[in-house]
Amino acid sequence: MLALRTSAVLAAAALAIAAAPVHAQDEKKEIEKYQKMLAEGSPVELFELEGADLWKKKQGPKNESLEKCDLGMGPGVLKGAYAHLPRYFADTGRVMDLESRLVHCMVTLQGRDYKEATKRVFGNADKPSELEYLAAYVVGKSRGVKIAVSTRNPKAKAAYELGRQLFHYRAGPWDFSCASCHGVAGKRIRMQSLPLLDKPSGARRTYATWPAYRVSNSQMKTFQWRLNDCYRQMRFPEPTFGSDATVALTMFLAVTANGEPYDGPGTKR
Amino acid sequence: MKSKSVHLLLGGLAAALLAAQLAYADPTLLEVRAVMHRDFHARGQAVMSRVDQDDVQYLCTITRDKPPAHRVKEMEAAQLAMIRYPADGNYIGDWKRGAKIASSGKGMTWKEKPGQNRGGGCYNCHQLSPKQESYGTIGPSLKHYAKVRPGIEGQKYVYGKIYDSKAFNLCTQMPRFGTSHSLTEQDIKDVTAYLLDPASPVNQ
Ligand code: HEC
Ligand code: HEC
Repeated sequence: MLALRTSAVLAAAALAIAAAPVHAQDEKKEIEKYQKMLAEGSPVELFELEGADLWKKKQGPKNESLEKCDLGMGPGVLKGAYAHLPRYFADTGRVMDLESRLVHCMVTLQGRDYKEATKRVFGNADKPSELEYLAAYVVGKSRGVKIAVSTRNPKAKAAYELGRQLFHYRAGPWDFSCASCHGVAGKRIRMQSLPLLDKPSGARRTYATWPAYRVSNSQMKTFQWRLNDCYRQMRFPEPTFGSDATVALTMFLAVTANGEPYDGPGTKR
Repeated sequence: MKSKSVHLLLGGLAAALLAAQLAYADPTLLEVRAVMHRDFHARGQAVMSRVDQDDVQYLCTITRDKPPAHRVKEMEAAQLAMIRYPADGNYIGDWKRGAKIASSGKGMTWKEKPGQNRGGGCYNCHQLSPKQESYGTIGPSLKHYAKVRPGIEGQKYVYGKIYDSKAFNLCTQMPRFGTSHSLTEQDIKDVTAYLLDPASPVNQ
């Protein structure tokens, strides 16, 4: 266990170096290089292991772990839970995604203050956030499980519809919607290919590999971060972490990805 | 004469009614806006009014970028009227400076101060200099663009296109760099030079 961790840390460090900006022609070579390094010790694995520890760690005013957290399949049931998120939760009367549900458990089970629990939702390469570790651990328990996000509940259906509208909503100084960059297949920004996201053909594989370790910044990134950073690039104001709007967009993309075997945490450029 | 003006009046009324319909027929879009006001927050220069749509953004959203022809003419004309062409009638600046603006995808985000890192992100969407291999494909290639848009007419077009792309193609994915105050007059002149100056790498 310890040896595995050490090698994973070393691999992560090597990746950080490999992630320096590269020329277009070198990109393929770089990818091959990091894939080889990954085979030797994946940083994703490291995140999953750290996440498992955090999951079991007693914390907060109630000195409790998250082991009884109900992610929709019953308290403490992790197997396949992520493949059914976001979903409607009767105990909160809300549709929640993985990250907002994890925070809910920190508040209810561990007695933590919401503000404290969400103070640092996005970490950095030196210090990943608690949620990044936890998300990696939880989603790993859905590997191989087909994504099956339901809209049967009226609130879930409403979230899906809102997400679809948000996806196409053009605004901001640069008139962007998500569809501006992800509405046509086969396009790219600079050398980064842009997946078509409002059709299963593009959404399935893409969505099924988030959260993901991003080699370019040596960090594990959650889906909430992905949305946040695309809204930044769109020159919008900042979406509030875990808000209904962010959950709705996630719902829309998850439903569009239904049927795809979950295959994360992924490793990305 | 009289009947013609009545017709015109009626036509105008119908157009106004249709405009009103387009503007209010879809309450869900107003709901979306309300949701965004609730679920987003201002950060730095990215203020909340950025989620409010103008008439172009609204029409392009509800028609999924396929606006009805009868509205396109009038709205493109309104966008054209927003373009402030340089008072000195000179559209061409320094292509070397323009190259930097064309390459930079920065500016206008919540991480930057107003006016800081002003970029046009042209390479994000367009091929320009044949030597630069890292380019996006959302827009068409602008390689050797001086050939496509020759003369002073070409200069005026390019200046205007960068200033307000929607004046020429209402629901284009290209931003309106002048109208949105993302680039200054000098910036736009410099980028115009980068596209059209015979010495620019774009035309080599
Ligand atoms: C201005 C262009 C642009 C807009 C608009 C945009 N994105 Fe992105 N998006 C990108 C880029 C660039 C990437 C990163 C690709 C990479 O890193 O390889 C990306 C990546 C993504 C990914 C991950 C793709 C993958 O392969 O794993 C998702 C999911 C995503 N965006 C969702 C959205 C959503 C939802 C919106 C609207 C809120 C949006 N994007 C708006 C440019 C954009
Ligand atoms: C988000 C993507 C995007 C960005 C950024 C962008 N463009 Fe465009 N541009 C487009 C698209 C799409 C078109 C084609 C549709 C149209 O005519 O507007 C286009 C068209 C053009 C045309 C007209 C080409 C023709 O048909 O002759 C010019 C000129 C142009 N862009 C210049 C620029 C310059 C200069 C910049 C940087 C300041 C820039 N664009 C930034 C997407 C973009």
